[in-house]
Amino acid sequence: MTVTAPDRPALAERLSRWANDHRKWLFSSPAIAFTVLLIAFPIGWTLYLSFTNSFGSVRAPFDFVGLENYATALTDTTRFWPAVVRTLVFTLAALAFELAAGMAIALLLWRPFKTQALVRVIVLLPFVATPVAIAMMWRLIFDPNIGFANQMLGWIGIPPQPWFSSPETALPTLIFVDVWEFTPMIAIVLLAGLTSLSDELQEAARIDGANAWQRFWYVTLPLLRPVVLVAIMLRAIDALKTFDLLYAVKGQGGGSFHEAETLNIYAYTLSFQYNNFGLASAVLILFFLMVLISMWLLTLRRKETPSRLAPLGPAPPPRAAAAGGAGGIARSVS
Amino acid sequence: MLVLVVVTFLGPLLWMVMASFKSNVDIQDTSHPFRLAPILDNYANVFGNDAYLDFVFNSFWIALWAVLISLILGVPAAYAMSRFNMQKSALVVLLARIIPGISLLVPWYFVFANLGWVGSYGVMILSHMFILIPVSVYIMMSFFDSMPMELEEAGLVDGLTHIGAFWRILLPLSVPGIATAAILSFIFSWNNFMFALVLTGANTKTLPVAVFDFVSYASIDWGAIMAASTIMTMPIIVIALFAQRYIVSGLTAGATKG
Repeated sequence: MTVTAPDRPALAERLSRWANDHRKWLFSSPAIAFTVLLIAFPIGWTLYLSFTNSFGSVRAPFDFVGLENYATALTDTTRFWPAVVRTLVFTLAALAFELAAGMAIALLLWRPFKTQALVRVIVLLPFVATPVAIAMMWRLIFDPNIGFANQMLGWIGIPPQPWFSSPETALPTLIFVDVWEFTPMIAIVLLAGLTSLSDELQEAARIDGANAWQRFWYVTLPLLRPVVLVAIMLRAIDALKTFDLLYAVKGQGGGSFHEAETLNIYAYTLSFQYNNFGLASAVLILFFLMVLISMWLLTLRRKETPSRLAPLGPAPPPRAAAAGGAGGIARSVS
Repeated sequence: MLVLVVVTFLGPLLWMVMASFKSNVDIQDTSHPFRLAPILDNYANVFGNDAYLDFVFNSFWIALWAVLISLILGVPAAYAMSRFNMQKSALVVLLARIIPGISLLVPWYFVFANLGWVGSYGVMILSHMFILIPVSVYIMMSFFDSMPMELEEAGLVDGLTHIGAFWRILLPLSVPGIATAAILSFIFSWNNFMFALVLTGANTKTLPVAVFDFVSYASIDWGAIMAASTIMTMPIIVIALFAQRYIVSGLTAGATKG
């Protein structure tokens, strides 16, 4: 008894000192361990399955087949390559429109006006609303028979369009909905970037006689470049992986003619409709490589930013240039 | 211009809400698109289905636990990564955002199906945590980055340990950051569709899957679907109205940090 009493505080103190000395890993390892466990194992497993003929049931035995799945996928011009093309078309088209519209909206909301707070909330809504609800809403609006879209076309004398329901118009209509849904996100990120710019250079350019367009093109845009690149990066990651909208509108296989089948939808269909886990895994590994390569290309673009800054000369980088090394957070994983 | 922006983004959502108060006959009648004799039948239909309240509960319950556990794991990790400049570790967590979710679903499904866990709340919470931990870590990292070191040092001078200073000084000051992370995390979890599609069972089905299942039946009951969609989106819209500032700061964390 006389021994333990003084010992206890000593032990507590030692523990406390140990915890403080090791707080770096004590604090970070649970989150890192969780993430690594949930990524490293699945990726390893997917890589392993991609070399096998796993099929049918998750418990069924399977054999090692080498690179056969990769050969099958890479020589498949009916499903795989069209899906690659659709993934790229969808992502690039959506990104281009979202950037242009997002920039326009950001500039519009930049300068203060009376109902600004309200308008900003409204612009936020499409981005936060549940994607499945958005998909259902647009399915009703774009319904060929009863949809409001065709009624509006009717008022200006344009014949009704099939929208989602025809192989030719499905993908463009889906791109439109994606643009509606995610332009707000781009606008909000760009608006934050604009707000962080100082007014001095704008003033200087105005005094030098630059008109509004010139001020935008030669002053604002170059300064905003790092933020624009972050916005592109964040959006590209998610656009490549778009699932909710495509699946909720067109279902498995991207419609009867696979007209909306991107790589993500194709991999999902292979896995959970055809239960062809081997081929699905090979497609997923190829898809993952594609996402990584896209990110790598974008990072390269960002690294050359400083040397290409403002045509006005070596302008000081804006506060925003510290743009989060690894970017911020946008849409959830899809 | 402003009016055009507002109509473009608000119009379709209002159309959904309006259709949820229309009878199916009125929805099909294209000659009077704006005629509205509001009825509550669609809502009665949706709520008359006992299961729908279960779906609301499932969505809420999964989001609640996923958000809580993600914050408990993510906030200290963000502190360590910010203070010790752990860029490689931060990159590992970021990888969770880049990776296509489906490449995880197949292996998870393999393991969880073999363990007999598919269809449990635990699996859903785990899968959502996977999305939410990077969210919390990145928002909180940019928050801790902007917090002056002196705050912690002042605590040390007053006799606190490092962990004590984190707990008593930094954490209370981080409440706005934690609120941001919690709100965005909740939205992402509530909205998640893909993981729920594969990993939920009849008893743990969440709202997005339930609404999607509505359509698979032969005839589409637009009124009920719009009512269900409106109910599903309403909590998020209310959050957006009251917590707009937090959502925006979370969204732009990292993109424009000072």
